[in-house]
Amino acid sequence: MIELEYVLFLSAVLFSLGLFGVLARRNAVMILLAIELMLNAVNINLVAFTVYLSPDLLVGIIFAIFIITVAAAELALALAIVLRLYRTRSSVNVDEVNLMRW
Amino acid sequence: MSPLLAIYIVVSVMAVAGGLGTVLARNVVYASLFLLLSLLSVAGIYVLLFSPFLALVQVLIYGGAIIIVVLFALMLTRQGDETGSLDSPQKPLAAVAGLAALGVLIATIVVNKWPPSVDPEPVGFEKLGATLFTQWAVPFEIASVLLLVALIGAIVIARPEDSQ
Repeated sequence: MIELEYVLFLSAVLFSLGLFGVLARRNAVMILLAIELMLNAVNINLVAFTVYLSPDLLVGIIFAIFIITVAAAELALALAIVLRLYRTRSSVNVDEVNLMRW
Repeated sequence: MSPLLAIYIVVSVMAVAGGLGTVLARNVVYASLFLLLSLLSVAGIYVLLFSPFLALVQVLIYGGAIIIVVLFALMLTRQGDETGSLDSPQKPLAAVAGLAALGVLIATIVVNKWPPSVDPEPVGFEKLGATLFTQWAVPFEIASVLLLVALIGAIVIARPEDSQ
């Protein structure tokens, strides 16, 4: 049987990989991909807790559905911003966008 | 070792390999295809966690929609043959931060005493739908408005200026 801890370990590894990707990349699209990885790690956690600890409430699964919805909306908006950025700056590297940097 | 656990280990290794490829690949298209591998493996994890509905949603939305949108964005932001590095100069620091987060999470999982887990049983579509449309109906409607707002916002932001 799959223990709860095994699922949590997988989620921890995926989340750390996503965190590393967000901090290590300078291409904006690559940062968004790493964010998707982190959101998926969180979803695995929520589903595991629901299925193993409180299967009659289904809260984690509902939350996972909402997180997928919000992630889709976030990605669409972020990619639109990246497109606009590319049109004005001819670059999608986040370290070259320093207009509003203090 | 039960066959379920063996399948789980194979699928987890695929998910982690896809994640590693996503954050380490030298090519943006390869990175997004590695992310697709990782997301589909996560759908497999959902099946193993007895949540077939989420697995379906995962394959449809991530495999079918999000990766396509990302590939379109990559196609439209192509920087010729001059690619430059995808990685920021703070990569070593990022590795330290990632390993620190992994250490804290693993320590928390190992140290914490988890409540005894019940025997998992499949989450039925009917029960999920009934809960979603009664107890969670208001957040569900708000989510649909959020999607509409994000859709219109994305169109307005990405539209060329001279087409007004």
